[in-house]
Amino acid sequence: MAKEHPVKVRTSDFSVYYGQKQALFNIGIDIFDRKVTAFIGPSGCGKSTFLRSINRMNDLIDGTRCSGKLEVDGIDVYGKEVDVVTLRRSIGMVFQKSIPFPKSIYENITYGLTLTEKRSKDELDHIVETSLKRAALWEEVKDRLTHSAQGLSGGQQQRLCIARAVAVNPEILLMDEPCSALDPISTGKVEELITELKDTYTIVLVTHNMQQAARVSDYTGFFLMGKLIEFDRTRSIFTAPSKKETEDYITGRFG
Amino acid sequence: MSKHRFAAAQRHRGEHIAEWTIRIVASTSILTIFLIFVFVFRETTTLFSPDAQNIPSSSATAEEILTPELYNADALTAEEAHELNIPEVYNPETGTLGEPEPIALGGPELPRSSTKQVAERSVWNRLTDAAWQPVSSDPKFGIMPLLVGTAKTTFLAILLGAPLGILAAMYSAFFAPARVRNVLKPTIELLAGFPSVVIGFFCLTIVATLMQDLLGTEARLNAIVGGIGLSITVIPIVFSIAEESLSAVPKSLREASLALGGTEWQTAYRVMLPAAAPGVFAAVLLGIGRAFGETMIAIMATGNAPMLTAGIADPVRTVAATIGAEMGEVVWGSDHYGVLFLLGTILFVVSFGLNAITELYVKQRLIRKFQGQ
Amino acid sequence: MKTLASTTTSKKRLLGFFAVLVTVVAVVAIIGLLISMFGTFVVQGSGQLSWTFLTEAPRNNNTEGGIFPAIFGTTILVLLMTLLGVPVGTATAIYLSEYARQSAAFARAVRFAVNTLAGVPSIVFGLFGVGFFIQFVGGGIDNVTAGAVFGKPALLWASATLAVLTLPVVIVSVEEALRAVPRELREASLALGATKWQTITKVVLPNSVSGILTGSILAVGRGAGEVAAILFVGVVYSLERLPSSVTDQFMHLGYHLYVLSTQSPDVEKTLPLQYATTLVLLGLTFVLNFSAIYVRSRLRRI
Repeated sequence: MAKEHPVKVRTSDFSVYYGQKQALFNIGIDIFDRKVTAFIGPSGCGKSTFLRSINRMNDLIDGTRCSGKLEVDGIDVYGKEVDVVTLRRSIGMVFQKSIPFPKSIYENITYGLTLTEKRSKDELDHIVETSLKRAALWEEVKDRLTHSAQGLSGGQQQRLCIARAVAVNPEILLMDEPCSALDPISTGKVEELITELKDTYTIVLVTHNMQQAARVSDYTGFFLMGKLIEFDRTRSIFTAPSKKETEDYITGRFG
Repeated sequence: MSKHRFAAAQRHRGEHIAEWTIRIVASTSILTIFLIFVFVFRETTTLFSPDAQNIPSSSATAEEILTPELYNADALTAEEAHELNIPEVYNPETGTLGEPEPIALGGPELPRSSTKQVAERSVWNRLTDAAWQPVSSDPKFGIMPLLVGTAKTTFLAILLGAPLGILAAMYSAFFAPARVRNVLKPTIELLAGFPSVVIGFFCLTIVATLMQDLLGTEARLNAIVGGIGLSITVIPIVFSIAEESLSAVPKSLREASLALGGTEWQTAYRVMLPAAAPGVFAAVLLGIGRAFGETMIAIMATGNAPMLTAGIADPVRTVAATIGAEMGEVVWGSDHYGVLFLLGTILFVVSFGLNAITELYVKQRLIRKFQGQ
Repeated sequence: MKTLASTTTSKKRLLGFFAVLVTVVAVVAIIGLLISMFGTFVVQGSGQLSWTFLTEAPRNNNTEGGIFPAIFGTTILVLLMTLLGVPVGTATAIYLSEYARQSAAFARAVRFAVNTLAGVPSIVFGLFGVGFFIQFVGGGIDNVTAGAVFGKPALLWASATLAVLTLPVVIVSVEEALRAVPRELREASLALGATKWQTITKVVLPNSVSGILTGSILAVGRGAGEVAAILFVGVVYSLERLPSSVTDQFMHLGYHLYVLSTQSPDVEKTLPLQYATTLVLLGLTFVLNFSAIYVRSRLRRI
């Protein structure tokens, strides 16, 4: 693997346990800055667990432990002096089920911004506009910013969630099957968005959909039963996988 | 980028304060249980201060004895309260009771023998009397009639309420169409919304007359009327909990039974009901706890006579009703007061025990059962 | 053989019929009881009910006149109770739903305590009110301030006693509401860098307002009808004037009914008053209960 880009997230020998059960086995991976990295694999293979380890969302589940190293910009995320809240501000996340807060569109975008400091109305207005524009939603909602976000369509809601994550200006954007609940047209819009956003953010995408990984990602990792089987440039994975399991999965022989 | 980019920021300090405040407030319930026990039990300590030997003779003045009607009982320490009691138990046989003679208390020359006499006729002895006559020159604090009365009404309440509640729960959980069930459940649970004083009043005016006409009982208010009244509070409790556990039986059990050729009702009685047995048992236990500790219905519908009889058509007096009826008039800090708190302690301990059984034993069994162990 | 088979099935069918019938009978009996109770009080009570009955003070040793002081006392009592109990109950529910690890010993102890509290007979709460609130807390304040204001039965102690008694009601319904808030909303908030407390105050609580409301209403419904617990902690049968401070004593609908029906010299004469008082008390508790059911059903629909 050529290292034309600096590494953003690096793990070595990283394992996660839910109580007695081991969910991830000795993951070692380099995720490159400002690239889209996709994780594929059958459900329950650990790809979401790994994604949620990066911003420590797994901490919320009782009895979760991990071992090994997971570094963001060389800082051990699970190190003692790390503050989870500060960490999560730098790592945005978009979930499978898009659920805007039951507030107005405007308030949804400003939610993350107003948590830490007071900002002027002008500044907030500006950020709301740019975030919605980045999420390709501005034109559709600019006239009803004060309306409830729950009145938006599913695809719009998911883009709102992306805008909400982008508004706090994170460095990494984690996306956990962001299109699994969307129709093909909305999916297309979100995928388009991902390609645009990668100029600014390091994007890690978990997807069930191999075509999607092939379409939008630069690198792809294949997970199977808690292990990272193969990780390479997307083109190599899909055209010349080096492991038999990967090939079986990609060619649809299981999963 | 600094190495401490993800290091803890100052602003989270409030977070710990918030969490600990929540935790401390959450402990209120635990603390309350503890305090209830301590403070209800504490008021019985007048009964425990061992005997007259402990009385510092110098402090026993006539003034203290003659001013027992103090509401702010902080003026009455346990010792002082004890002194108040002494005259009453002092000379039980002579019959010259009534107004205590302060002189009799005082002085180091108090004869040893009389102290012993006091010990012999202590409150503790009086608790085993066959009668409950707390306000008398020779008070009798026999709790047996009260316990028997409570047992009678509780038994009747469960006898009536538990089968009704369980059968109705079975109808709701197994036989009723979904639409009926959705209406039936909240309707029966309305019964729980009746204030007990209203149920008591209903028994006092309507049920009592009805039962007397029906059974021709001598006393208008008696254990039967009380039992019926208490069963009205038992029904919604038994129904709710039984219904919940019957509905929680896995559908697969029902399907398996039906697939083997069992009919709906066979499945309900022979498969579903036994499977939910621990939950139904818990429902009955909590029903017992409710009937046992209920005050207003017992006070209003049982006739309130602390008689030690076996008949269920006799008037009775329950433990809870005794507290309710007498606490208002008792001299704070007196023996009678202490005994009433002792009754309260009994009620608390029993309800605590019943709840502990349901929590620790029944729920464990339910969990084990449904997890296939 | 054939006849034997058919008799067994017809026997079985009969048995099955009775097995179901007996459950129907139970339901009918309970519903009948419910209707007869409502019916009695509505029929007997509505005649006496009038505007003056609701707004006037009792006269002639409570044998005539209205019950306004009792309505007033009950209302103030439950309001004060809500003020004292709902914050504590809500905080406990927040702990149980948001902070507690379900396996933690402390969380299990809290749950056990809440369930136990729900089963403690109300008369024991009354004794607790005397022993703890009046004697220990009130007496303690009096000792420190050298007054004689707090160490006696009063509105304040009755409310505090009821607040403790209704605590489980509040905790259970608020926790239910908090748990109904989707996990995804919490995660979305946390992923945006909100702290746990920010998530609770900005996302979780605003989404459970109706649950807190339900809990409060149910607690009020329970507290308004409760008599045994307040018998010795401040309720009185008649008052010269309405309570003006939390250290005053008060009249109460349920207690009023109790005394009128059992302690008054001429029970027969005041029977219409008793029915009317019952109807008012029932009306109050059921209006509260129904509104709780309504609020909760709306909550579930969201």
